[in-house]
Amino acid sequence: MAKGHSFLSHKLHSLLGLFPIGLFLLFHLTANYQATHGAEAFNQTVGLIEKVPLLLIVEFVFIYIPILFHAIYGLYIAFQAKQNVGNFSYFRNQMFLWQRLTGVITLIFIVWHVWSTRIPKAMGVTVNFDMMADILSSPAMIVFYTIGIISTVFHFSNGIWSFLVHWGITVGPRSQRIATYFTMVVFVVVTFIGLRAMSAFIL
Amino acid sequence: MAEKLIHLIITRQDSPDSTPYKEEFRIPYRPGMNVISALMEIQRNPVNAQGQKTAPVNWESNCLEEVCGACSMVINGRPRQACSALVDKLEQPIRLEPMSTFPVQRDLSIDRSRMFDALKRVKAWVPIDGTHDLGPGPRMPEVERQWAYELSKCMTCGVCLEACPNVNSKAEFIGPFAISQVRLFNQHPTGMMNKHERLEALMEDGGIGDCGNSQNCVQACPKGIPLTTSIAHMNKETVKHAVKKFFFS
Repeated sequence: MAKGHSFLSHKLHSLLGLFPIGLFLLFHLTANYQATHGAEAFNQTVGLIEKVPLLLIVEFVFIYIPILFHAIYGLYIAFQAKQNVGNFSYFRNQMFLWQRLTGVITLIFIVWHVWSTRIPKAMGVTVNFDMMADILSSPAMIVFYTIGIISTVFHFSNGIWSFLVHWGITVGPRSQRIATYFTMVVFVVVTFIGLRAMSAFIL
Repeated sequence: MAEKLIHLIITRQDSPDSTPYKEEFRIPYRPGMNVISALMEIQRNPVNAQGQKTAPVNWESNCLEEVCGACSMVINGRPRQACSALVDKLEQPIRLEPMSTFPVQRDLSIDRSRMFDALKRVKAWVPIDGTHDLGPGPRMPEVERQWAYELSKCMTCGVCLEACPNVNSKAEFIGPFAISQVRLFNQHPTGMMNKHERLEALMEDGGIGDCGNSQNCVQACPKGIPLTTSIAHMNKETVKHAVKKFFFS
């Protein structure tokens, strides 16, 4: 009967998923979307972001540290569950499984994504339209990015639903059902933005 | 006319530590049979499908009207009470397994002590108010009594734990039922006086934080208890309690 920090850790995990990680995702995909207006517009947006004061600290506090905590604690949560959709194939139980699957896929995607974009930037490579166009010149990478984007957006959208329950905002079955519809719409819209942005880099 | 037979495949286990194995039975059909009466038939004539004499199958049952929770087992893949599982409505062969989320004692009987330990942890009772007469307690509004009555139907049967992916040997989650019981006792006009103790207990390791919202519990509950509503409600209450404690005391 340990006191422990699991309550706090779970709540923090749920909160960080939305603020700041979810917000960052929306911002990131919106910034990418500028590529649909041409290489110049995208490079301008990148230039604008690089003017943010204390950018490195902002990146660490609002992106890297929250994602690291969310990922490590998330893996712990995901592998603690004993999946049972075989016997209980209810919609929410399927979502439960997919939330954990997409969490792992998203983590793999993000590690690769950071490795091939942010790490080279730290080594002195310039991040611009051509960098992404180069990465997405291989069909395998297009498939990988498509899966990565869909998985990330699913995890985010379904995560909103879980957040609303974890924080006691949607309590009754009716509000939870409406939240399901709402998060489905979020999934479709944000996936469109993400994939449309990606397609702009494919020449 | 050939005698109609019921085909049963039972997962058996001779002792708490031995390896489970399957044994098949074919027993004569009678109209209106439930799984308990099928098990009683095996007890009366413990012969398996191969015609060999075997040890009678061990199980637990008590009320036979789905209010005590003792005869919970996994029937055709679904955890439920054997007494309300009617043979006519089951697909054959009928597969019986123990609810292996719990320690198996023998065959289909399991040890549900962890549920009673969980109720003790969250203090799911109304403490006595003293040895002297304090007069009648406060009244409860009728609308609240109505839904509180629904929560009070919980019979500690263990089906919600068996269905929950977060209840397993790797985790210490107390299970959905205990969270719902906190909601019940925190709503009771006298029980409410100790609501902080129950909220604090829910916020410990293995408490409400471990719920992953698979919502299997509410689908599986034989009494139709709105378990996920109780969990979300207690999420709200524990968050409020945590915020209050952090800022105000």
